[in-house]
Amino acid sequence: MSEAVFAHRVQFAFTVMFHYLFPILTMGLSFFIALLSTVHFVTGDKRYLAAARFWAKIFAINFAIGVVTGIPLEFEFGTNWSRFSSFGGGVFGQTLPMEGVYAFFLESGFLGLFIFGEERVPRVVHWLSSVGVAAGSLLSGYFIVAVDAWMQHPVGYELDPGGDVHLKSFWAVLLNPYAGWQYAHTINGALLAGAFVIGGVGAFYALSHRHRDFAELSLKMAVIAGLILSLTQAFPTGDLNSRNVVRYQPTKLATMEGLFRTEKGAPLAIIGMPDTENERLIDPIYVPRFLSFLAYGHFSATVEGLSIYPRELWPPVELTYYAYHIMVGLGTIFIAIMLAGVFLLWRRQLFENHWYLWILMLALPFPYIANEAGWVVAEVGRQPWLVYGLLKTANGTSTNVAAGETVFTTLGFAGIYAMLAILFLFLVGRVIHQGPEVENLSAVDPGR
Amino acid sequence: MNIVWFWTLGVMLTAYAVLDGYDLGVGALHLWLARGNEERRVVLNAIGPVWNGNEVWLIAAGGMMVVSFPKVYASGFSGFYLALMVVLWLLILRGVSIEFRGQIDHELWRAFWDAGFCIGSLLIALLLGVALGNVLRGLPIRADGYFQGTFTLLLNPYSLLTGILSLVVLTWHGCNYLRVKTEVDLLLRARCWSARLWSVVVLLVIAATAATLTLGPAMGRNFRLHPLALVFPLFTLIGLIGGFLCRREHDRGAFWSSTAVIVGLLTSAATTAFPNLLGSTLDPSYSLTIYNAASSPHALRVSFIANIVGMIAVVVYSTYVHRTFSGKVKLGDHSY
Repeated sequence: MSEAVFAHRVQFAFTVMFHYLFPILTMGLSFFIALLSTVHFVTGDKRYLAAARFWAKIFAINFAIGVVTGIPLEFEFGTNWSRFSSFGGGVFGQTLPMEGVYAFFLESGFLGLFIFGEERVPRVVHWLSSVGVAAGSLLSGYFIVAVDAWMQHPVGYELDPGGDVHLKSFWAVLLNPYAGWQYAHTINGALLAGAFVIGGVGAFYALSHRHRDFAELSLKMAVIAGLILSLTQAFPTGDLNSRNVVRYQPTKLATMEGLFRTEKGAPLAIIGMPDTENERLIDPIYVPRFLSFLAYGHFSATVEGLSIYPRELWPPVELTYYAYHIMVGLGTIFIAIMLAGVFLLWRRQLFENHWYLWILMLALPFPYIANEAGWVVAEVGRQPWLVYGLLKTANGTSTNVAAGETVFTTLGFAGIYAMLAILFLFLVGRVIHQGPEVENLSAVDPGR
Repeated sequence: MNIVWFWTLGVMLTAYAVLDGYDLGVGALHLWLARGNEERRVVLNAIGPVWNGNEVWLIAAGGMMVVSFPKVYASGFSGFYLALMVVLWLLILRGVSIEFRGQIDHELWRAFWDAGFCIGSLLIALLLGVALGNVLRGLPIRADGYFQGTFTLLLNPYSLLTGILSLVVLTWHGCNYLRVKTEVDLLLRARCWSARLWSVVVLLVIAATAATLTLGPAMGRNFRLHPLALVFPLFTLIGLIGGFLCRREHDRGAFWSSTAVIVGLLTSAATTAFPNLLGSTLDPSYSLTIYNAASSPHALRVSFIANIVGMIAVVVYSTYVHRTFSGKVKLGDHSY
């Protein structure tokens, strides 16, 4: 890999991973804000409005950073990956403007209404604007996942003699079979992160004996939603998403599972460190035959190992393998945490059990790690292809941009993003420190 | 269909320039116009609920260019690599300046973000004009459709002129927007600035038109072929006259005048370039046009339908949002 290609990859990886920290929470929180606002609209109970307002404040800070760090990614398709844009812009680019036109306008327009417009619009419009923000956030995710799904599993195109692809079917691209479960898994992951953030902040207030009502509401909502979401994260969304990997991307599957040799009745490696030189796992713990079952539904199925492919078609083994195992390991821990939470809620001990509240509070960053790790599996595991089977990553870069330019601007982004991260933590920390508005917490809307 | 897409992108970019133009202009001017925290907050709240939505026009236009003219997106964006990265940094600086200024009640904190907002807005307005100037002037596009845009190449006298024109016109536009949104002292000062800026705009429009016509014989060609297109420069002229008539009162009229000037300038520029999207200075046959840089006819048709439906919805609800926040700014609990 040349210097320039490496520099482009580092730049994209860094900017996209930093950016994605924010959509995780905007998508995750938007749903819960709409839920709280709906409960308020129906019952007139002001506590729910106060909670919705509180989360909307955190949402707004997230959204602002999400927007400003998202624009560079769209630009990078042209600036860093111009040969890729030129190759397939007419196909993969179909959903890119639709994100802006359908989802993003919705999100930003209604966010303004929800936060600033409370006194200016009728109650029903204010409620609908929270639903609009959620719809916009969640829809926006689909259009972006559809672009990625096309890179994972290109459909709806035809190759022209010049080597570029042309659109054959818009619907095939929009309804890519790869996109459906990938989207479900992505959104589910974001909602789960939302539940953990709400639960973590609730636990913080409960432990510090502040905002009792708000803390209990948050904890209850977080563990119930969290249990459902942590289960659906594994099944069906995770399971069916990986079935698509089995079907369309055999090298990615073998890499993420650390399977070097093709095996009938392949075992599932729970832990172990890949030794790529010698094509084996160091200190593995296996569940016999289980990988065959997960991939194909029966215990004696044959699973292809990496060794039947030439080395130049292998994705980076270590990164993909660890990212996958971190994601799955954390996902399992999330189920356990949320299960314990619902159990304590049932035994009426959730709000008093200090051990549990500490765990829930400290668990807050881990869904972020799991979400990011999932994307590392998806994108690093796709290598060496930029568009699976069609275009190599090394052939998608801009040749008129020198490595030195990319390194320079990557350093610039690193500096600016470090500043953004500090500001973000500081500002969100301050919102949490101030807490939700307490006035008239138990009062019911006079209008009802 | 290629021509339809050319004008669709033209409309998108013009809408962006008109909408984000006023908040860029507000940013560039507010240090000199608004005095004290109260006035600065009024200025910020004039654009607060809408700036984000305005910026989305740029994102949508970018996405549309990927799908309609992928070769132009590829060539232009990679060619302008460094300049665009600087624009991105400025967009980030500007966005966080608006959102974070009011978060802490401290003079130095506010002063820092006020300056960030100003510098970000000012340089973006300038650089957008520089980019447009270079597109009109032509770039050293090679046979493979790419070029390498170094700063020494991009910062030439002609595009610096268009850059300054862009900065001054948008500042004037932002100033007129503030005339609509503010009261008392701030309003009087905005009127005063608006009148001053108007005369600079007139001088720069004349200079830029002259400079463009002397760039080459091809520059006026489209207007000779299609005299109807002269309606575009006429917009600019009407806007300038309107700006003069509305310099003392009629604040809304002033805002619509600067809108007409921007629309006129951009549509005239588009007419001048047509059918080139990026002209080559090395060999005209290397130029990227709406024909050789476009997606397949099927892709163009499909994406046009897919986006036009959404755009209609966008126009409807951005009008609603703008209406909701119309009128003079009143500071409240949830303000910036």
